[in-house]
Amino acid sequence: MTADVRARIAERAARELRPGEIVNLGIGIPNLIPGFLGAGSKVVLHTENGLLGVGPRPGEGELDPDLIDAAKQPVTALPGASYFDSAESFAMIRGGHVDVAVLGALEVSGRGDIANWAVPGRDVLGVGGAMDLVVGARRVIVTMTATSSRGEPKVVADCSYPLTASGAADVVVTELAVFRLRDGELHLTELLDGAVLDDVAAVTTAPFVVSLEETHAS
Amino acid sequence: MWETVVTASRVIDPEEAIAVIRSGDTVMVGGFGLVGAPLALIDALVEHSDASELTIVSNNIGEPGRGLGKLLRQGRIRRGISSYFTSNPEAVAAVNAGQIEATLVPQGTFAEAIRAGGAGIGGFYTPVGAGTQLAEGKEERVIDGVRHVLEEPIRADVALVYAARADTLGNLWYRRTARNFNPLMATAASVTIAEAGEIVPVGALEPESVVTPHLYVDHLVQRP
Repeated sequence: MTADVRARIAERAARELRPGEIVNLGIGIPNLIPGFLGAGSKVVLHTENGLLGVGPRPGEGELDPDLIDAAKQPVTALPGASYFDSAESFAMIRGGHVDVAVLGALEVSGRGDIANWAVPGRDVLGVGGAMDLVVGARRVIVTMTATSSRGEPKVVADCSYPLTASGAADVVVTELAVFRLRDGELHLTELLDGAVLDDVAAVTTAPFVVSLEETHAS
Repeated sequence: MWETVVTASRVIDPEEAIAVIRSGDTVMVGGFGLVGAPLALIDALVEHSDASELTIVSNNIGEPGRGLGKLLRQGRIRRGISSYFTSNPEAVAAVNAGQIEATLVPQGTFAEAIRAGGAGIGGFYTPVGAGTQLAEGKEERVIDGVRHVLEEPIRADVALVYAARADTLGNLWYRRTARNFNPLMATAASVTIAEAGEIVPVGALEPESVVTPHLYVDHLVQRP
């Protein structure tokens, strides 16, 4: 999948975030979102290894070995930031104090089930904070390409991979479309970058309701 | 008049400190990856201890040949309890080869179970993991209409933690994201050994800035 497709998904997902929201960004496409947050976005980034108020990547000479994000990459801290231990960090997440989690996934079902931590037959030895985030964050936005690298649909009727959580997704952003979960039902609310309904239907095995309602100039 | 300050220092040599670790022990090790990991204590354990068959409680099993990855290469780890073995491919290979037993725990549950272990809590119900592979066999209960899983506390024989600054009593202060699991683990072991980047005299830390009060800390080691 090209870097361009990933960037476009991140750009669209960035527009889901509202000023003042506390947002946790997962590894992969979500990590591209800061590049699309304008100066007026006023989003506050939380990272589960213990920092609220994550700033941009450090420049040369600013690197601090004690300051990383959950992807173990160097970051900075913005004015107003705070540090805390891992139990408190996850209390923030589980307790509903983090407004939004944006994360990648292997599959999302038509009921909002998310599978993003394990592929059967491969090593199932890393879960990190994925389960805590999808259960705890008030809004869960999934960013992923519409199909896998083998061309298989990722918005599916039922997840075939081990679940991260049931019914946890609120919004799904792919390069073709935006879906929203409403009362356990999947709604297609936006077509992206010139995609037409047939393009989406061809790579989506989950049943969905067409509820086109908004367009964003990009 | 009360003596306001205990003057005995808890500072000892790393070799002396890790001598408390016995074969078969459960050892907690702080750090998120290598950030905030007590690297000098791990090195002492690698170089100056024969303790084997260890159960390691740590978010990761180091990286290949670094941190706990060194102990792994020595074949001294029998079991790992962790949220992310994947950051060390050699740990994954050791699990797949049946050389070590792996218990995978969601990271927030891992942190809270250690907190509970240190706080005398017998367990807790969390919605995290309910209905997934990681909750198989665990007791469940529906609370406010939501499925919850019973998680038991995690404790250890010995905790190895890192703090940027300590006073000689063992009060600890952490720096930036190097805090992570360290303050939790300091509370949850029979013996806690803290490695400090800087050791200052008693009274030099602002009491309000102490994150881990000294009652949790048994021994203190200076990071070289």
